[in-house]
Amino acid sequence: MTPTHRDARDPGTKGPRGLGSRKKERIDELAATAGASGPVDEAGAIDDTAGVSLIASAWRRLRRSPVFLVGLAITIAFVVLAIVSSWLAPHDPGEWLLYDKVSPQSNPIPGPEPGFPLGADDKGRDLLSRLLVGSRQTLIVGVCATLFGLAGGLVLGTLAGAFSGWVDSVIMRIVDVMLSIPSLLLAFSISAVASRPSQWTLIIAIAIVQIPIFARLLRGSMLAQRSKDHVLAARALGVKKSAIVLRHMLPNSLGPVIVQATLVLATAIIDAAALSFLGLGNPDDRNPEWGQMLGRAQTYIYDHPHLAFYPAICIIIVALGFTLMGESLREALDPKSRR
Amino acid sequence: MLRFIVRRLLQLVLVIFALSVLLFAWLKSLPGGTVSAMLGERATPESREALTKELGLDQPIPVQYWSFLKRAVQGDFGVSNGVQPGTPALDLLLERFPATIELSISALLVAVLLALPLGYLAARRRGGILDNVAIVGSLVGVAVPVFFLAFLLKYWFAIELGWMPVSGRQEVGNATRVTGFFVLDGLLTREWDASLDALKHLVLPAIALASIPFAMIFRITRASVLDVLDEDFVRTARSKGLTSRVIRGRHIMRNALLPVITAIGLQTGLLLGGAILTETVFNFPGIGNALSEGFTKRDYPVLQVIILAAAGVYVLVNLVVDILYAVVDPRVRTR
Repeated sequence: MTPTHRDARDPGTKGPRGLGSRKKERIDELAATAGASGPVDEAGAIDDTAGVSLIASAWRRLRRSPVFLVGLAITIAFVVLAIVSSWLAPHDPGEWLLYDKVSPQSNPIPGPEPGFPLGADDKGRDLLSRLLVGSRQTLIVGVCATLFGLAGGLVLGTLAGAFSGWVDSVIMRIVDVMLSIPSLLLAFSISAVASRPSQWTLIIAIAIVQIPIFARLLRGSMLAQRSKDHVLAARALGVKKSAIVLRHMLPNSLGPVIVQATLVLATAIIDAAALSFLGLGNPDDRNPEWGQMLGRAQTYIYDHPHLAFYPAICIIIVALGFTLMGESLREALDPKSRR
Repeated sequence: MLRFIVRRLLQLVLVIFALSVLLFAWLKSLPGGTVSAMLGERATPESREALTKELGLDQPIPVQYWSFLKRAVQGDFGVSNGVQPGTPALDLLLERFPATIELSISALLVAVLLALPLGYLAARRRGGILDNVAIVGSLVGVAVPVFFLAFLLKYWFAIELGWMPVSGRQEVGNATRVTGFFVLDGLLTREWDASLDALKHLVLPAIALASIPFAMIFRITRASVLDVLDEDFVRTARSKGLTSRVIRGRHIMRNALLPVITAIGLQTGLLLGGAILTETVFNFPGIGNALSEGFTKRDYPVLQVIILAAAGVYVLVNLVVDILYAVVDPRVRTR
């Protein structure tokens, strides 16, 4: 290990660090990976990586990484499934087809039969169709929650990173307080405010929890950019401040944010399941979603565990796909591992 | 050092103040407003009006906030109207919190006892079978929803095999209470049965909850041991002819543990979040269970006090970790 990355751990955070600085330090450490880019920074690594951009060299390593490829394959399969599932599903996932076979005492869950390979759920709806079509809502929940969190984080982080001084201080103190609440508890409290829970309250609750993480991450890597030569050059040329921030600093700071977004996709889907399980999910189940299916299956978990197993396994595989992809992306973009 | 601690304490006050503002805003924005939140939805108009007067909700917002703060400092958070109707919310918190602390500490113990040796071994034999299995395991651990793992454990080991109790915290009814930590109580009063019973009830929830910190602690231990293994002083120690046990204990682990300690402190928030889910599955009477039950029953006094307490504990634990870290590593103080 070279001593350089140890020093890069604190990317110019000014003033006293707030409470819970461990969580923040972890975010900052990730942010520092964007600052410490370029083969020239790494003494001894100049020989074979010289002249290759960070992204190109990252891609060269990723292409051969089985972990990344597995994650990518799962992700692509999931997205394709979400798009084509409506045509793949043998039945309408919302129609109570086998409802006449549901009786609360003897047989609450109809088993498999011809045309219904996995049986039905407690309302007699085809389980296989619900699982297939469920991929779409799951993708929507994951992507929307991540995008909203990312958007909020981008705005706050860019403001804090671009303007130092009181704007930075105010924003970072707000972010620190949000980070000082355990994330599931925060999501829980936010969704408790909604008078009528729906898919969107769920998405917003999960997204808000992600905002401070993205904001802190982006601010960290923007600060690292601020002292870079190309920013200095742009400033010397008299480029407008907004252009420096938007064209020079922001694009170069996005690396760690994108990595984080990949990982958040996985947590968003899991958190959605957790909130559904706690009764904070979308009560309208005509459009199935895996987390919601898993959350609702708890009523029948002892006699009909398969109702929980199928959506749970889907969630685990998809979350694993995003995690594998995110982790290998993080490793590939991290100058530490470029040896 | 003193200045460092004082500065951190001042920040703590600031964060708690901000939390109280957030909580106040949260109560105001609840469906039906504070009065419905405190009395439940079926309250009579007279009692609503009385409480509005009593809480000063007809006053301007800053005055309202001030009286909210005053009541909170006095420990008056209202009376539970759903989880344990009639019990003051603060009493309920004090009764339930030890259960969650007991569970979290057990989970953390399970995680640390598994993750430290595994992380060390995985790093020593980098790229070996154990390394790969443990890495895949920790990645899968992140992807499995905690409450689903809890269900699996409960289904197999409690219902199908019957090895462990299905739910609750203790079956021995007449156990003496001293501290509120049931395992410890049994040991203190020499009621071994009670202690063992409480321990049995802890096993499955603790394993389920441990899956979160395990993955994190394992990965950080592995990475940090790998970092230290490359250091010059390890090579020097080896060339001096020190035994591998001494090198492992004094040189590698002592240095590799610093980031691990931080990571453990970081787990508090995740543990609190995971406890909500695990306790609900096992019907374990801690604050997590009270929180999810309180939500279904719209018991806002209970929700309010638990959220404040959980966030407060989280902030405090982080403060302690920061200070400990500054004691261990003097470089932190000046940063």
